[in-house]
Amino acid sequence: MSGDPADLTIAEAAAALRSGALSAADLLAAVRRRAGATEAQLHAYLTLDVEGAERAAEAADAALSRGEDPGPLAGIPLAIKDNMCTRGIETTSGSRLLAGYRPPYDATVVGRLRAAGAVIVGKTNLDEFAMGSSTENSAYGPTRNPWDPDRVPGGSSGGSAAAVAVGSALGALGSDTGGSIRQPAALCGIVGLKPTYGLVSRYGLVAFASSLDQIGPFARTVEDAATLFEAICGHDPSDATSYRGVPPVVRPTLEAGPEGLRVGVIAELAGEGNEPAVLAAFGRTLEALEVAGAEVREVSLPSIPYALDAYYLIAPAECSANLARFDGVRYGRRLPGDTVEQMMAATRRDGFGPEVTRRILLGTYALSAGYYEAFYGRAQQVRTLVIEDFARAYGRVDVLVCPTSPTTAFAIGERTEDPLAMYLADVCTIPSNLVGGPGISLPVGRDGAGLPIGFQVLAPPLGEAVLLRAARAVEVLAGFAARPALATSEAR
Amino acid sequence: MGYEAVIGVETHVELATRSKMFCGCPNGFGAEPNSSICPVCLGLPGALPVPNARAIEATVSLGLALGAEVAPHSVFHRKNYFYADLPKNYQISQFDLPLCRGGHLDVEAEGGTRRVGLTRIHLEEDTGKSTHLGASGRIRAAEAVLLDFNRSGVPLMEVVSEPDLRSPEEARAFAAELRAVILALGISEARLEEGQMRFDANVSVRPEGGSGLGTKVEIKNMNSLRSLQRALAFEAERQTGLLSAGGEVEQETRHWDEAAGCTRAGRSKEESSDYRYFPEPDLVPVALEAALLDRLREALPELPAQRRARYAALGLDAGAARLVAEGDGYGPLLDAAVAAGADPRQGANWLTGEVTAHLRRLGITLADAPLTGAHLGELHGLVAAGRLSATAAKEVLAGVLEGEGTPAEVAARRDLIQISDETVLEAAVAEVLAAHPAEVERLRAGEQRLIGFLVGKVMQVTGGKADPRRVSEAVRRAAG
Repeated sequence: MSGDPADLTIAEAAAALRSGALSAADLLAAVRRRAGATEAQLHAYLTLDVEGAERAAEAADAALSRGEDPGPLAGIPLAIKDNMCTRGIETTSGSRLLAGYRPPYDATVVGRLRAAGAVIVGKTNLDEFAMGSSTENSAYGPTRNPWDPDRVPGGSSGGSAAAVAVGSALGALGSDTGGSIRQPAALCGIVGLKPTYGLVSRYGLVAFASSLDQIGPFARTVEDAATLFEAICGHDPSDATSYRGVPPVVRPTLEAGPEGLRVGVIAELAGEGNEPAVLAAFGRTLEALEVAGAEVREVSLPSIPYALDAYYLIAPAECSANLARFDGVRYGRRLPGDTVEQMMAATRRDGFGPEVTRRILLGTYALSAGYYEAFYGRAQQVRTLVIEDFARAYGRVDVLVCPTSPTTAFAIGERTEDPLAMYLADVCTIPSNLVGGPGISLPVGRDGAGLPIGFQVLAPPLGEAVLLRAARAVEVLAGFAARPALATSEAR
Repeated sequence: MGYEAVIGVETHVELATRSKMFCGCPNGFGAEPNSSICPVCLGLPGALPVPNARAIEATVSLGLALGAEVAPHSVFHRKNYFYADLPKNYQISQFDLPLCRGGHLDVEAEGGTRRVGLTRIHLEEDTGKSTHLGASGRIRAAEAVLLDFNRSGVPLMEVVSEPDLRSPEEARAFAAELRAVILALGISEARLEEGQMRFDANVSVRPEGGSGLGTKVEIKNMNSLRSLQRALAFEAERQTGLLSAGGEVEQETRHWDEAAGCTRAGRSKEESSDYRYFPEPDLVPVALEAALLDRLREALPELPAQRRARYAALGLDAGAARLVAEGDGYGPLLDAAVAAGADPRQGANWLTGEVTAHLRRLGITLADAPLTGAHLGELHGLVAAGRLSATAAKEVLAGVLEGEGTPAEVAARRDLIQISDETVLEAAVAEVLAAHPAEVERLRAGEQRLIGFLVGKVMQVTGGKADPRRVSEAVRRAAG
């Protein structure tokens, strides 16, 4: 077949595998070649599962040669963010503390992908314990942006986003606590979907903030994102917060187009504060939607300015407890100490990076006696207000839209000394984590430096069907087809 | 001036569910260290808790049995503290929205019944077990710590009483009554020696008859009814001594040292922990439907107090009623015996007397013994028909407990059946009277004590198998 299989979408690759034009082994080899050509610069992966991937590709080829229909993901090379447990394969969560840790079990999502015949290429880089917006907080060094290696890929799922953007995986899983799928998708020029909280099991996801964490897919197209979403969603009895009903059916309405779609532009997030190029691309997309028959109107969500504050109390509070288990007693690195307490303290002091330490301290403080009501209690009240604001808005519109990130990819090192500037990178994505509804980012243009610009669509909880319909409509109208320099052989 | 103690008791009870509180691991005592563990109860990265519905139902059952208010919505919280045998370094427990609030337990106290209020009943997970090696086994000087996580995640119910108890004896009676209720509900085996039921207590003293509250001290680490009572007695006396000497009681946590028989200062309030409770985000609130509560309420068994009252109404004295009501398996056995025709008092006497004594001799429990209610009914029939003497009945019971068969079989095998055939008896009496004409003459002349002599002779002739009462009647008749 013509072209490099590493540049295929999941849908194209699946068709080629079915027609016999391509084998899963050749597809894996192509993706590996791409990784080989780009990893030295990108550092998207922390671990490659060479043997496991080959076995999975062989199994897919065997099933295809027997004439079986092994499903839409059979033989498709995918990457997994390194905060999802993979049985027997190192899972570090980007932390020194978990160097060498091999879980005894697969996360539910990993099990579902394996059962669907997917080929898991490896584990991707992330900000330590998913805390960050640039992947610079990884204990194993940063991942770089495939459009410009001097810039960050976004985060925390920067490794997964970079791998999919460059073609060292056809799709990937990330986790999104405050934008960690959507923001890197925007900065890397691909599609990133955060499903409704509870639709995808968190079992086996190394927890950051339990009430906000959500696993979701990266892909190069909305359709591929939908395919991955369908494979990983559904009730899991091992996750008590898992949704018990039937997940939304998204495929029949995917191509329904923008006509009649009521689109609300979030006033508080779609104006100043965004870079001009971001606003311009956003505005062009809105015009295109309107011309194509969508009803576009501005919607005000007055609680949004407080969402970031609430998030930076709730997420650290939950993380302070979630990360307490990393004490060197049962697994991971252990530093010596004269007493158990000293051993734990030394292990944690050495093992956690500065951003993780900062959030544990913030969260511990927010939960302390005498401060709980003023901080954590108050933040939960704000969360309720944000939920109510969004619910009111969804009474009038089908989806809400705003830029995914106020800026395009920023330079490596630019914000590492200024945590607050880094926190602002998630100002547009955080509200939907507080609400629990789904959100998606997809590329709609590029700035003057050629860096991709993301467009974010949000929908009410369980609103994946209308979310993906709107996103697909935007994808068609935007016609974004550019590929990062690193993905094209001339640049390598 | 006299002082009285004001005591509240916190009781931790390991529930006898098949699996642990938040995972599918078997909940059992005595497995090899670290054999009943999984990612969840080991706190591995990514593992999530799923609540055990049976444990919630067991806790609600106790609440219903004790007249507590069951919360329609209850929440699990995280209680944060670092300890090597606490795998997540937080314990999933309950805070301001426990499963049950209020309720009470009536306790037999000196001078009547004491109604002890309950503050709350909540559910949490147990920790693992630490074993400190080296030195004296004490934490400070230990050379190494061994951790066993089999107990980690076992459902642990906590029952908190109001400070309504007024003496160490009452506290002990409260704990014993609570244990009896828990056993009747079948929600825990409540074996004290295995740590399935553990006590902490708050105690203060105040001038007798006063209404204010003194400074309270929390005592931890009591693992038996006896140590609960001893620790409280020691502590009440220590505080009384302090106050009598014009001193003050310091608010603190003290640990009971069983071997030394005293409490020792532990954590002082300066270092007291801030547990930073917050709602467990990995779980959703527990919603208890009315239908479930109805089902649990209907399924409540007879409680010990009700059972004691019922036995008292059957004629048992208070002591026997309590023994039968609370002895493991005694109540159901007596009920079966009565259903099989046994006299309640007779049956209770056998159970609390010969049966208990002989089980002790055999070193087994009632549950392991082959004794049934039908056996006791049959035994009662044999005695009532005069075929067994009271003494022989006890020997038959021993035989049944030793597995020799039914009472009739044991009596036959051990040759204990009394002669009840009237013709045989009459013949023996006639033979004895004929052999002792002089004595018969004197008896007829009014020398009553000769009845005993003649009855003895008949018993001799019958090899002791005649019923002495009937022999006596027969002698009177024949000589009269």
